[in-house]
Amino acid sequence: MAALYAQLLVGLINGSFYALLSLGLAVIFGMLNIINFAHGALYMMGAFCAYFVLSLTGLGYWWALIIAPIIVGIFGMILERTMLKWLAGLDHLYGLLLTFGLALIIQGVFQNFFGSSGLPYAIPDELKGGMNLGFMYLPIYRGWVIIFSLIVCIATWFLIEKTRLGAYLRAATENPTLVRAFGINVPRMITLTYGLGVGLAALAGVLSAPINQVRPLMGENVIIVVFAVVVIGGMGSIMGSVITGFALGVIEGLTKYFYPEASNTVVFVLMVLVLLVKPTGLTGRAA
Amino acid sequence: MTALTDDTLPTTPRAMRDEMIVFIVMALLLAAVPFSGIYPFFVMQALCFALLACAFNLLIGYGGLLSFGHAMFLATGGYVTGHFLKVGAISLPYWPGMWFTIPFPPFSPEMGIIGGTAVSCLLAVITGYVSIRRQGIYFAMITLALSQLLYFIYLQAPFTHGEDGIQGIPQGKMLGFLELSNSTVLYYVVLAGFLAGFLLIFRAINSPFGEVLKSIRENEQRAISLGYKTDHYKLLAYILSGTLAGFAGSLKVFVAQNASLTDAEVAMSGLIVLMTLVGGLGTVFGPVVGAFVIIAMQQYLAGFGQWVTVIQGVIFVACVLLFRRGLIGEIAHFLKRSL
Repeated sequence: MAALYAQLLVGLINGSFYALLSLGLAVIFGMLNIINFAHGALYMMGAFCAYFVLSLTGLGYWWALIIAPIIVGIFGMILERTMLKWLAGLDHLYGLLLTFGLALIIQGVFQNFFGSSGLPYAIPDELKGGMNLGFMYLPIYRGWVIIFSLIVCIATWFLIEKTRLGAYLRAATENPTLVRAFGINVPRMITLTYGLGVGLAALAGVLSAPINQVRPLMGENVIIVVFAVVVIGGMGSIMGSVITGFALGVIEGLTKYFYPEASNTVVFVLMVLVLLVKPTGLTGRAA
Repeated sequence: MTALTDDTLPTTPRAMRDEMIVFIVMALLLAAVPFSGIYPFFVMQALCFALLACAFNLLIGYGGLLSFGHAMFLATGGYVTGHFLKVGAISLPYWPGMWFTIPFPPFSPEMGIIGGTAVSCLLAVITGYVSIRRQGIYFAMITLALSQLLYFIYLQAPFTHGEDGIQGIPQGKMLGFLELSNSTVLYYVVLAGFLAGFLLIFRAINSPFGEVLKSIRENEQRAISLGYKTDHYKLLAYILSGTLAGFAGSLKVFVAQNASLTDAEVAMSGLIVLMTLVGGLGTVFGPVVGAFVIIAMQQYLAGFGQWVTVIQGVIFVACVLLFRRGLIGEIAHFLKRSL
């Protein structure tokens, strides 16, 4: 049974990364109508930021949790201002193609300098060790990742659904022209939204650095799984993408225990099943 | 909203005549390659990718469907043909770990191509049935996820030999007399395959079927209201595209003599998109030109290692931001002709 619980825990951790990433994708898609293919590459940049913050300035994990999302968020906002902005009014597919190109550039540059092998990143002292829960041994850092991701997801949901800023955001998603007429700077909000979504990806990267090592291609396969998560959950609702992310992580973990050969493919198979039964996705509206 | 192919011109009798002239010039130039001293291996490889890009372009340029998973057909055609040529025996699992084997001897080249193309067609029927349920951006994500699913299947299936791939695939004698190990003979076989596939696509886009596809691309709701079962047309286009892409993969096996996981990767699907984008989405000859440009670039820049990826990314960005018509699209726009 211990092995089952261990896989369940791994599933929950992967699920929290899926949730953070699909949440960012959904937020960005809502405002910019762009599927951000560079999301995996920016997730990787978050992990590298944590590594650099430690090796260059000596600031540890807790600082990285704040600094990495800000740096990557600013990088994202520059991308939005210089490139993505020009795609407004064009077919959505151009956004996918452009961000795919950006992902190739970012990952290629990092591969040139760091190869394909992983750089180690240590777990902070405060979160080392583990707890014996009676039925299983829980490494504290892993428990922390799950709880912290949940808090971030709920905070993002609160920001968008319950605050004034979020109300502007949702209004601008529905009808940008009208919102501009009320004197709200919509282009700036779009830039900030992209920064927010990208910052969430970077945060997931920092969280994953001590678990998965820091590798240039760490986001390459994750982003495709997250796309499948988004297809399954739909991008209409924030809570929907968070719950789908966690649920699919758990299902993946269970598959690793019961039928490991299918653990890589189970999310995609589920996507096919969902498409056959409910083509619009579990929570999504028709698109 | 500006659609991906807003700049394509309507088909007119004059446009068809222009395109036929260009086609004949292209066919003559390609037929002369063995006498020119150009390295035939390069041209053969480029021809396979050109056919692949043309098949992809049938979906995006005429149906408005961006497939980000066309590598799955390339890999399927390649693996199946390679396996048939080298081993022949077909093993199918009927339960995890239990296999049912039909002990065929190795196939002849033409049967290998037919087999690879037929299995790709079957794959296109299945994946098409799933993916055409959503449009636009979702269609792209679904095809991407499906090709990743297939990647992991090929990684684990015994007949593909995982990371090693199928190596040293024999070329054999086509129809019993065409010695494919002779590079000139092989070149003309590949060229014939490419031209046949290209003409099939050309015929399809200029047929009533192609006109309906274009109407779906422009305004699907209106096409539905006119009584067209748009899902049937989209599925048919998807199957045609996937089958031809698998055919291109089968041909490529004779050139490369191996079938490996590289062909199944997402990066390969991206490369196919890039070829078509560089040449011009929704143009007849754009994918061919794009394939030659990108394959040549890969050959010349092979020494730069990972910078090739970066350069590909830069081309992607530049094409989307500055150069959305592509090479042939710009020329066609300048000449006010359909190419």
